Amino acid sequence: MSIVFEAPKSLIDVPRHYCPGCTHGIIHRLVAEVIDELGIEGRTVGIAPVGCAVVAYDYFRCDMVEAAHGRAPAVATGLKRAMPENIIFSYQGDGDLASIGMAETVHAAARGENITVIFVNNAIYGMTGGQMAPTTLPGQVTQTSPYGRDTATTGFPIRVCELLRELDGAQYLERVSVDCVKNVLQAKKAIKKAFVNQIEGRGFSLVEILSSCPTNWGMTPQDALRWIEEKMIPYYPLGVYKDAAAKEAQ
Amino acid sequence: MSDKKLMKGNEAIAEAAIEAGCRFYFGYPITPQTEVAAYMAKRMPKIGGVFLQAESELAAVNMVYGVASAGKRAMTSSSSPGISLKSEGISYLAGCDLPALIVNVQRGGPGLGGIQPSQSDYFQATRGGGHGDYHILVLAPASVQEMADFTVKAFDLADKWRVPAMLLSDGTLGQMMEPVSMEHYEAKTFDKPWAVTGTGMAREHNIINSLYLDPQKLEIENFRRYERYERIKAEEAMWEEYLMDDAEICVTAYGISARVARSAVTAARAQGIKAGMIRPQTLWPFPVKPFEDSLEHVRAYIDVEMSMGQMIEDVRLATRCARPVCLSNRVGGMIPSTEQVLAKIKEIAGGLDK
Repeated sequence: MSIVFEAPKSLIDVPRHYCPGCTHGIIHRLVAEVIDELGIEGRTVGIAPVGCAVVAYDYFRCDMVEAAHGRAPAVATGLKRAMPENIIFSYQGDGDLASIGMAETVHAAARGENITVIFVNNAIYGMTGGQMAPTTLPGQVTQTSPYGRDTATTGFPIRVCELLRELDGAQYLERVSVDCVKNVLQAKKAIKKAFVNQIEGRGFSLVEILSSCPTNWGMTPQDALRWIEEKMIPYYPLGVYKDAAAKEAQ
Repeated sequence: MSDKKLMKGNEAIAEAAIEAGCRFYFGYPITPQTEVAAYMAKRMPKIGGVFLQAESELAAVNMVYGVASAGKRAMTSSSSPGISLKSEGISYLAGCDLPALIVNVQRGGPGLGGIQPSQSDYFQATRGGGHGDYHILVLAPASVQEMADFTVKAFDLADKWRVPAMLLSDGTLGQMMEPVSMEHYEAKTFDKPWAVTGTGMAREHNIINSLYLDPQKLEIENFRRYERYERIKAEEAMWEEYLMDDAEICVTAYGISARVARSAVTAARAQGIKAGMIRPQTLWPFPVKPFEDSLEHVRAYIDVEMSMGQMIEDVRLATRCARPVCLSNRVGGMIPSTEQVLAKIKEIAGGLDK
């Protein structure tokens, strides 16, 4: 019998704490597969965020650092400046990256830091029990928007890729989703590109991944995936928002 | 020929950090410490180092956290309001047992305060400043030479104990010029097997982390860290004594206030008053021993500070409240005068004679 599927080697084989139906597991696997395929585990340092992926340091087999809420791009900057030959990635959620850490995100991109940012957007604060995030959709019910997000008082969701693409320092920005097999395959391609860019010294690469949170959305895993397709993707269109290398090649 | 150079205090910190092997500086402009950043901006690119002006104090201290995680010497500098912002990162550095140097060139507070020298961040520096149970090493220079010497010392102590270190200076020391020699430094190196340099596929992964969701584990980590703190207290306290052998009145002060206190003690001696001075050079650990020893002959203590009385609490603890301890202070950016301190010494001496 031939092996058609294996767990990635750079992911440690331990039970993970994520809720049933949560797509963090898929995204962890994609990142780990890319690390394996590029043969960079031994020189990679990952940064875990504050949020649901906070203990990602126990799951990835490479060296790991846990950062304060929102500060991962600054920590990544320090790590990369100290060890330019190492591969540095941060793994961040929407509250972490687009709310408390927005300044760190924008300025790391503006500086063109040669790092890879994996941005998991599930439109909610998962770990603290489902509060309104900077990416929560208009009308979306959360613990802190119990009547649905009212844009008149809470403003509008932030589209991170669109926001960052105006920065000259940003090299590569793509939004992907993990709601179906086709999109998962595209997500992996984008993640790989974001790592290859760093290996080739191209600068700041960010992949925004639309992800589900069945627990805090109050849905079954299947309904949650459908909600990504029907509600999130229309607000957060998938695609490449910036690819400076491809533009150069033209 | 002497090897001494005339330098500003802030510049001496920067050059000494480079002498100590620090090649990573992250900062954000704030008066009165900006010369540290300006000096680093000039020097670092010439020696293969990194100078980066961060987007905020929060970012700067977290960049330091990143470099420290990689096992390399890194520093940031700021002044009082900026240190409040860095306090989050300092707590994380302490919680991850990461060595690094934070320089505070103090100015008046609270709030935006002023830009003139102050010593009102003593509590923040010595009690931890951020959230959680922790301490950092706090060194308090009183001359431009000590600005340089203590910078090197702070890096060495931080690496030795895996505790962040702070140089607690003030606007006067930062701005004033004095001759400095830096030829006596030996660059020390420390093994850092815990650093996240990549596994090289040759070892288990290293994790830099301060999160322990299991309360029993977090308790153990705190207990362990405090055992280390006890050893630091026993081994690393530094102080200077001046005319203390037979002193009946002990003036105590650190940093720039100690320069004033020394002059006042000298003047008091000239008037036949048995005054002396204890000058803590480390504020954490606080030098308890010279105060305990002094209880044999000292009848009263005068604490000179540019604050509303912060170090005075440690003086009272060190002397177990066995003698009166009074305060002679100026705040808000004002510096106490020799006359003010001398008047206090004479007032206390008069009281003791009655």
